[in-house]
Amino acid sequence: MKKSVFLGAMAFAGLAAGAASAGTLDDVKARGKLNCGVTTGLVGFAAPNASGEWEGFDVAVCRAVAAAVLGDSTAVEFVPTTGKTRFTALASGEIDMLARNTTWTFSRDVDLKFEFVGINYYDGQGFMVPKELGVSSAKELDGATVCIQTGTTTELNLADFFRSNNISYEPVPIETNAEAQQQYLAGSCDVYTTDASGLAATRATFDDPSGHAILPEIISKEPLGPLVRHGDHEWGDVVRWTLNAMIAAEELGVTSANIGEMSAGTDNPEINRLLGTEGTLGEMLGLSADWAKNAVAANGNYGEVFAKTIGEDTPVGLARGLNAQWTEGGLLYAPPFR
Amino acid sequence: MTDQTTNSIAFVADGTIPPSPPPAGETGPIKWLRENLFSNAVNSVLTILALLAIYMILARILPWVLNGVWTTSSLAECREVLQGKVGACFSVLTERWNQLLYGFKYPVDQYWRPNLALVLLLVAIAPVLFFDLPRKLLAFTAVYPFLAFWLIWGGTILAPIVALLGFAAGAFVFQTYGKSSFAIGFFGAIAAAFAVWIIGGALIPEGASDNAMLQAVPSRDLGGFMLNLMLGVTCVSLSLPLGIALALGRQSDMPLIKWICVIFIEFVRGVPLITLLFVASVMLAYFFPPESTVDLFLRVVIMITMFSAAYIAEVIRGGLAALPKGQYEAADSLGLDYPQAMRLIILPQALKISIPGIVNVAVGLFKDTTLVSVISMFDLVGMIRGPILASTEWNGVYWELLGFAALLFFVVCYGISQYSQWLERRLATDHR
Repeated sequence: MKKSVFLGAMAFAGLAAGAASAGTLDDVKARGKLNCGVTTGLVGFAAPNASGEWEGFDVAVCRAVAAAVLGDSTAVEFVPTTGKTRFTALASGEIDMLARNTTWTFSRDVDLKFEFVGINYYDGQGFMVPKELGVSSAKELDGATVCIQTGTTTELNLADFFRSNNISYEPVPIETNAEAQQQYLAGSCDVYTTDASGLAATRATFDDPSGHAILPEIISKEPLGPLVRHGDHEWGDVVRWTLNAMIAAEELGVTSANIGEMSAGTDNPEINRLLGTEGTLGEMLGLSADWAKNAVAANGNYGEVFAKTIGEDTPVGLARGLNAQWTEGGLLYAPPFR
Repeated sequence: MTDQTTNSIAFVADGTIPPSPPPAGETGPIKWLRENLFSNAVNSVLTILALLAIYMILARILPWVLNGVWTTSSLAECREVLQGKVGACFSVLTERWNQLLYGFKYPVDQYWRPNLALVLLLVAIAPVLFFDLPRKLLAFTAVYPFLAFWLIWGGTILAPIVALLGFAAGAFVFQTYGKSSFAIGFFGAIAAAFAVWIIGGALIPEGASDNAMLQAVPSRDLGGFMLNLMLGVTCVSLSLPLGIALALGRQSDMPLIKWICVIFIEFVRGVPLITLLFVASVMLAYFFPPESTVDLFLRVVIMITMFSAAYIAEVIRGGLAALPKGQYEAADSLGLDYPQAMRLIILPQALKISIPGIVNVAVGLFKDTTLVSVISMFDLVGMIRGPILASTEWNGVYWELLGFAALLFFVVCYGISQYSQWLERRLATDHR
């Protein structure tokens, strides 16, 4: 009965707390399920579909890690978190990793004791204005009312930007993106500012998207990536290299379509090492030899996931931009698999 | 003779004249209009202004509702169908109907279980609400919580049976020993219940839920309006007895009990509900080792119950204070002991006085269950704000979804309010 478990847990909570922090990798394997923290819903990045299955750009990272560790991309328990509960959920051990478009900042990494294992989306803060306002640059926004989500890095960036350009603004604080959309459309604010990906996704849902312009200025760096708890380096390595495997797979031309053929062995030794036909990379991580093959087979390589969830053919309609491979002028650069 | 009478008198009225209709201005709708709407210049102006306002509101809303689109599969398609005309996109309600009601993770083929639980809830609650019904029905009410738990969460049937046996054992011990000494009966009952739970809990085989008759559904998979109803019903029914106990405890002569109750009530009333919910979802996770946390649903139920119990306690204290001292003395002079005096004389009167206040708290509590959306539980509002508005198909639909949520809550809250008015009329024994 739950109540006796509850009482027992109360009594032994203090004793057990120390012993419970064994390796996360072993915990996940023993549990047979990955507890992955995601957002409660952000267009393109993570949301359950009509049949209740989570899908999106961040969700794909969770699925890839589950596939690498457990060999099953569906062995994920998605734990929805809000901007306020995400860090405590991770710190308390309720989730094993957080993939919730979280900006990598100094204080989150150092002070909050988390470890960002990589960057899966390079974002930046932008501004959206109605075209009829006739504004073509963010520097012309003197005296504007600005809708801004509270408790995010965007709020601080906004203050910095207006101060350094010596212009004034009036903030309209807003809780969620959905609310911000409505306020902006209702004219409560002249400008809406958030991550450029969010602006594009928001504009795509408008009745008349062409009536709104996204200003050219990007006023901040918002590197978004998955993170884990400080101190468990084996687990951090697993998540880091799963993400790198997705990125490297795109660079090496490994797709979900040709992965079966390629894993039989190719002329390219790096592909062979990645897919486990050569070398012992999987063993070093404490995983099976075909870990990366499973991770990529789960939802395709980085480029495929991007195209499927937030790319130009989806309603979100984001261009690759900074998120292209380094060979194509972007910033994605996976260290060598060697 | 007859002839003479008829011929010699020119006219004899052999009946009354049928009454003529009153003048047109003094009857029917016209009179009503004149008396109620246009009785003087100011009222006439006000009437015309009000009609204008109603017209303007309806002129906006009616085309929106009547033009509504019900069958498309995304907002973009809705806009295509409407071709720029005014119209609601109700398709989101039809497409996400199940998600709005049950959340997005409850197994689709198991929807009959919460439905059945809801129907049985009506049966179980009827004898509590309408005391003219036969008292034997209360037996079903006593079993219902365990039955509902089994229906909604599934898994092994042994768990709710053990829980039920624990309560039964406690009740039995209290019945046997409570008469001689309240304290022995009370604490003995608690000890007996826990003994049954611990022994029974140990007897349930590991993994009994895996192949149970009803598939086990974890609490995290509950959602939608079902979650609001479950939280509302559970918390109201738990906080009422707890609130009564707290109110009586606050009036107790025993300093320890009195101060525990006072501190509890004042502390909980002084803290916003949302803070308690954050404690339930965030802080408690720190106190427990990762694998043995208390179920999130249970944590939230405990917090909301504490919160509303403190309010109900104060409402009932108001009812107790309104009773004349003579009532207490009458009970004493009859030789009744404390439990009897409370049960037979004081509480029936005090609770009757407190009905409007209790219903007020209950309605407020039911609406407050939507606050669980901020701790990432997907109740009706959480479903709307999170998954539905974040899907690429429905991002941008607000009025339809939130209007639907408002409608559901209104129906339930108005029902509660009507019931309480009926109850007040039914219990009216004063001599006004």
